[in-house]
Formats: sequence, structure tokens, C-alpha cells
Amino acid sequence: MNRFAELLDRLAYEPGRNNKLRLLTAYFRETDDPDRGYALAALTGALSFKHAKAGLIRDLITDRADPVLFGLSYDYVGDLSETVALMWPKRAVSRDESLLGHPSPQPSPTRGEGAEQISARSPRKISKATITALSVPTPLAGEGQGEGYRGLDASDDHRRHNNPPPPTLSEVVTTLRTLGKTELPKQLARWLDELDETGRWALLKLVTGAMRIGISARLAKTAAANLGGKDAHDVELMWPGLSPPYLDLFAWLEGRSEKPVNRDPTPFRPVMLAHAIEDADFANLDPADFIAEWKWDGIRVQAVSGRDEHGHIQARLYSRTGEDITGSFPDLVPSLHLPGTIDGELLVLREGRVQTFNVLQQRLNRKVVSPKLIKEYPIHLRAYDLLSDGENDLRELPFIERRARLEAFVKKLDDARIDLSPTVTFDSWDALTAARADPASAGAGEDADAVEGVMLKRRDAAYLPGRPKGQWWKWKRDPHLIDAVLMYAQRGHGKRSSYYSDYTFGVWTSGEDGEQLVPVGKAYFGFTDEELLQIDRFVRRNTTEKFGPVRHVVHEPDQGLVLEVAFEGLARSPRHKSGVAMRFPRISRLRWDKPPREADRLETLERMLKSDASITAP
Amino acid sequence: MMRLRYGDNFAASTQAIAYGEELRLGDVKIKFHPAGHVLGSAQIAVTCKDTCIVASGDYKDASDPTCAPFEVVPCDVFITEATFGLPVFRHGNAADEVKKLLASVALFPERAHLVGAYSLGKAQRVIALLREAGYDAPIYLHGAMEAITHYYQSRGVALGELRPAKGMKKADLAGTITLAPPSATSDIWTRRFPDPVTAFASGWMRVRARARQRGIELPLVISDHADWDGLTATIEATGAGEIWVTHGQEDALVHWCKTKGLAARPLDLVGYGDEDEHEAPPANEAEA
Repeated sequence: MNRFAELLDRLAYEPGRNNKLRLLTAYFRETDDPDRGYALAALTGALSFKHAKAGLIRDLITDRADPVLFGLSYDYVGDLSETVALMWPKRAVSRDESLLGHPSPQPSPTRGEGAEQISARSPRKISKATITALSVPTPLAGEGQGEGYRGLDASDDHRRHNNPPPPTLSEVVTTLRTLGKTELPKQLARWLDELDETGRWALLKLVTGAMRIGISARLAKTAAANLGGKDAHDVELMWPGLSPPYLDLFAWLEGRSEKPVNRDPTPFRPVMLAHAIEDADFANLDPADFIAEWKWDGIRVQAVSGRDEHGHIQARLYSRTGEDITGSFPDLVPSLHLPGTIDGELLVLREGRVQTFNVLQQRLNRKVVSPKLIKEYPIHLRAYDLLSDGENDLRELPFIERRARLEAFVKKLDDARIDLSPTVTFDSWDALTAARADPASAGAGEDADAVEGVMLKRRDAAYLPGRPKGQWWKWKRDPHLIDAVLMYAQRGHGKRSSYYSDYTFGVWTSGEDGEQLVPVGKAYFGFTDEELLQIDRFVRRNTTEKFGPVRHVVHEPDQGLVLEVAFEGLARSPRHKSGVAMRFPRISRLRWDKPPREADRLETLERMLKSDASITAP
Repeated sequence: MMRLRYGDNFAASTQAIAYGEELRLGDVKIKFHPAGHVLGSAQIAVTCKDTCIVASGDYKDASDPTCAPFEVVPCDVFITEATFGLPVFRHGNAADEVKKLLASVALFPERAHLVGAYSLGKAQRVIALLREAGYDAPIYLHGAMEAITHYYQSRGVALGELRPAKGMKKADLAGTITLAPPSATSDIWTRRFPDPVTAFASGWMRVRARARQRGIELPLVISDHADWDGLTATIEATGAGEIWVTHGQEDALVHWCKTKGLAARPLDLVGYGDEDEHEAPPANEAEA
């Protein structure tokens, strides 16, 4: 575990891609099986421990430390694993008895190991009358600054000898896989006691699955490929058939065995993504090279069917990141009765009409799928690409040929739950601009409300994993814009921790007390790094009140900051005081030039709700 | 030191006072005690009749070869700083952090190491720690560090051979250590160094996101402020029944005091607190 923790720690500070690769490859070279395989699994997101949720980690720390202090610390650090790793008060068990010969004191929730024991003997007890000033060479601290307290070093050594050694990565992974939910908290606490700060941090990152150290799965696979001088693409292709700790992969990379074959009948294939198109891009693009489709406001999925070793059809649904989401959509599985791989959009259809994303949302992230849910939110797959047909991998073919195969495949499927995503006819960019502005009259008809723009795909584009340049473009509908007033700010998380980067904004309405601002949304991105610094400074200088982590920022008619907010859609929401909820809001501009009194009014949003018939609460 | 930092007119009138020397103003007795923060830093104890109030100022209870060690002054009211007043701040041993720096210097002999450190106190402490660790090569200084550092030397703090970084040939700085104000380590000033490794010596480096936000590759957790364990242990050691908390993360420390049955409240001093997070260097450090 310590070698892995050290790797994560170094990766977290290393900005350069090549240096990251060097660190990773060196780790794979120096570390034995199966540890390195589990490390690769952790870095590619292939491990998940279903019982180890963030809530459990919170319970552990609030059990061991003061919940208020934890809350303040978490707000400050902005990362759960790191907060707990840093403040974890170790429980010094045996050493107090063995060394001091008296029962160990209750560990203090707020102190490091041994702290209580020290303070019991601290100068606190010395009467002020006899000594006016007392020199303390000791920091009186446990795990803290440490160099002064004389008894500590000896007992520290003693502890190292008596306590079990920190666990290996393989021990952690295999134990977590077999451990029941009830035993987990105790085991985690034991490991946290055994590890140092970096080790605790790495352990918690690992078990909660939230690594976020700037390493993509692709980078980790590339580093593994480099170990054997292989192409990362080869690793990518065989990946779906491999499983941790990847003994066969490393054996191949080290030239000890043959290339592993992918035997999974329903493997996930890395998806192809589009670039957002800018106005300037059109000048260099020829309309004749492209096919356009509607961009549906649903969920991108990959539906894979294949025959297992008994010849039975197996079907699986994957999210665009490769997460298996079959369990949430059992009603779609029977429709996938022909071997093949469809790339398409998951939508809810009622009486043949596509529903908005708000409606689809009711079907997402469900653990239990009731018959009622299935009936009221009938799921549908709108297909736009075919990656394999039977045994044949079609990904090398140009899009125009895959499209023809897809049309035949969908026809052969002959299933009401699966249809083709139609193409949009256009002969010039002007024609496409018109279609995008009015999908209803350009062929989308009654489904126009679920269209969020158009997709452009090169006729000759092979299906390539990732976001290859110039092949696929997305051209989203223009967002709605309003001017709102910054009302409250909160510190961000992760990279933004310590910066006030989460903003609640409001618009004017007439209330009982006259004109007042009512919050209509929250945004935490859209601004540049420079703008973030400016807003952060503004928030700190214009705080009128603090409620825990939330700062109340001045918002008067003549004083305050106006934010131009962009958003994709509106829905009525009884949960919000304003009665509306925004979809995908972000800060598009800072309006330092605009006094708050000139910001938008709630009525403007209500008008948008009325004019957009598609927007109704689910 | 005040004169060096703020110029000859830093105060209308001045009066020198030694640690332990007692002043009297009517019924009030005033005494200065070492705060262990930087050279000359003091806590001030004010006593009137039976009541003693101690204002800690910035302090640390960790050892520092460049200044007198912190003294616990028993009192009734203790006004404590709280720069690192959250239990996530546990600084560890500064000597270990210096070992990390030396290990990196050994690993990258072809690169220069730039250590961001506040020019008053931190820089001199890092140099002294490097010397304690047996590093005896010349250490290079950014121009803004020179006056204060030479002042430390004039007060008998041994810092070994120091050289200005200015005027050095780029190639000759390979494998060397240079101390600079934090703002300079992300400045075009760094272009004179061969492929520099950027380090920063600060208690804030305990939190990963802080180091990453500043683009630090080698965070060194070395602080001239008490960490959480130091703050809480010191509060207990003073025996004070009432604690006023200022200058930093007041909320957590006030809460902790209350759970220990101590009366406590935050002192919201104008110009202190949150802004300190960024430890913005004074304007004169930005130049040179």
C-alpha cells in the first residue's frame, strides 16, 4: 500500500504527461504481481467496492472525531479522503498500558495519537503562583510537530514494533471484496490506524473510487503498454476481456506469454466523442463531406448483444464511460435480440413522442426498477451507429457504410423500442443553420423539444475511441441567457478548494417587502481562472454575513455583482422558492458594468416557461 | 527588523525591550515573552491586579534554530492566533521535510531547486535546517531575501555561506538550492535557472489542493505557526479559562475550546483572517 500511496502522491503533484507516464511505467516495472495489477485496476476505475461509500467514511471520522471540527475541516480542504487522512486521530492501543502501566486514557477526538496522554502530564497542572513562565521545548503534540516531547520517541518506536505492518494493496483489495458490510467500518479503521497520512489518503481514494489525481484510464493503460513497448491501442482493444489483477496482460507485456484474447461476448467498446464546433470552423469544412443528425437530449449508451459459450444471447447496456447500466433498464434487454453493438441515445417515449430530459431523469440511477416506473416511463433506444454486426467489427469502416449496416440491422431487429435516428438533409451551412434553429419544421416534428442541437459526422470517419480531431462535431442549440445577481458564495471542492467558486444567484421579484431578490440557481463553472480570482476577491471583500461555510454576499439595487448566466432549460420546481429550476446553469460573463437593479426579473423566467411548452415538471 | 521591512519611519517613537523585562504603566505590568515565531517575536503579557492577559501574536511551539523557543505563559485570558486552527493541520517534523528537499536535489543534480519561503523567518529557518541536516554547499538567495537574512547573521544566527543568485551563470545553478519569496517562484525571474524544481515551504502545503493551485512540485510542510495540536496543547498549558481567537480559522478553535469547558470567542479583527490564507507577501517582496 505504501508504494502505491507514494505513487499516487507523486502523480498528484506532477503536471507533465510524460513525467506521469515515466512514474507509472517505473511503478509497473518495480512492483510485483498482483499489486501492480490492482494498481492498474484502481487507476482505470476497474475496481469498485459497493459498500465503501462516502457516507461510511463520514461515519468513521465523526465516530472518531468531533463532527463540527470535521465539518469545518472538510469545508476547508474540499476533499473527503484528504480531510479524513489528515485529521484521523490514531488510536494508540497497547502502548499506554505496556509503557506506563496504567489504563489508557480515552483518545481525544481532536488530537493526534498520544496527545491525551501527554496533556495529562502537561504543565497545565503546574500552579501559576509558583512559576510565572515555563519554557516548553516540547510541542506537546502527538503526530504533530513532534520534536520535543521526550517520552514520545521511545513509545513511537515501541508502537512500530508492536503494531501490524501496513497492509499491501492486494490485501486491501482482496479483503474489501470479501468483507461484509458490517465488518467494513472496523477493518477500515484498523487500516487507517496502521497507515501514515499519505497511506490513509491513498486508501480512502482507493476504496471510495474517487481518485481524481489527473490520471485518465487511457494514460494508465498507455503506461502499462510502455512497459512492453506495445501500442496503447492494442491494450485498449483487449481491455474488455481482461480483469484485475491482469496477470495475463503483464505476462504478455513482459514477453512471458501470448497476447490475451478477449472472450467476453458483450464487451464495451470505447466510445467516439465529438468536438464542439465554433463559428470559425465552418469556413474550413465542406458540407458535402458531412452527414447531420439531431442531437438528442437523452443519455448516450452502447447496447451490446453477443452469444456466450452456450450460444445464448447476452445483452448489456453501457454508459459512455463503460459503466454497466443494464440493471436499470431490464425492459430494453429483450429488444436486443440480435448480436451486434449499437451506439445510440436512451430516451423515454410516450405515444411515439420523445419526452424531455426531465422526464428521462426519473429512470436514471435507479437501483430498483418497479413495473410502475417501466410502464410510466417507457424506455427507448434511438440508434445512430453500429460498431459490430454479428461477429464483424465495423469500426474501421467509414461512417456512411456503418450507417447503411445500421439501417439494415434496425430493420431486421424490427422492434418498437429501437429505431433509427434520422438524418437531417442540408446542402449548405445556411440550410443547416435554419434546421438547427427550427428542428420542428426540419424533420424533427413533434420530437423537436427533445432536440438540443445537431451532430455533424464525416461520411468517411472510422469509429475511433476518444475525441479525434475533425471527425465528429456537435453544434448545440444556443443557451438561454439571463442577468442575475450574486447572492451567496461557497468554497469549491477539488482543484478549487479555498476559492469561493459556488455561486447562488437570484433575480428580482415583487415580494411582501417590496422589490427583492429570489434565488433561482447555483453555478460553479463557466468562468475563467482569472474571473474566478476576481469573484473570489469580490466575495471576500463584500461578505455581509457568514452562515457556516456559506457567505452572504452584498446584493442591493446599487451594490453587488451581476452575473450573466447561461442555461439549457427551465423546469417548474416546487422545491425552489422561486418555483423554477435551471438545467446546466453556468456563468457566461461577469457584468461589472451593470448595477444589480438592472438584472432580470422572475417574470422573464416565467415567460420562458410558458413559451416553451416542452418544459413541464415530470 | 521593522526598520528593514518598513523603512526608517515605521513608527513615531520606539522603545526597545528585552524578553522578561517588566514595564509598568500605572497598575498595569507588561512583559514580553518569546513566541518562537521568528527572530524577536514576542507574546505580550499584561497583568493588572489578579488578572493576566496574554496576547500570543504569531507563535509556534516547534523548535527553530533561528529564534528563542516559545514559552508557555500561564494566564487567565489567552489571545491566541489560529492560522492553522483546523485539525487537518498537523505539520510533522520540519527536519523530515528538509530531507525530502535534499533527496530531490540528489535525484535531480542537473536541475536547480527553487524554494519559495517568506523572506522574514521562514527563509532563515530553512537555511538553518539545511545546515543542521549537513548540507554545506553555498545557498543562493533572491535579492529580496538578502537584507533580512544578513540581519539574522549579524544577530549571531549561523547560516553558512550565502550567495546572491543574481549574476550567476545558468549552468552553474544546476544542483543548487535557491531561496526566493513565494511570488518569485512563478515569475519570469525563474528563467535564469536550469529546469527548476519548484518547492514551497509553508504550513499550507499540508493540503494538496493548495500545492497544486500554486503549481508546486515539491511541497514542504514547514510552518512558523503552531499546528492544530500545538494550538490546542498550548491553550491547555496556559491554564487560561477564557480564550480569544483571532487571525485565521477561528471557528474550529473556538468550538474546540467550548468542548473543553473554556469560555471562548472569535476576535474579528479588521484586516486579518481570511485574506491571510494567501500569505500575500508585502509589496517590497514583489520587486527584484
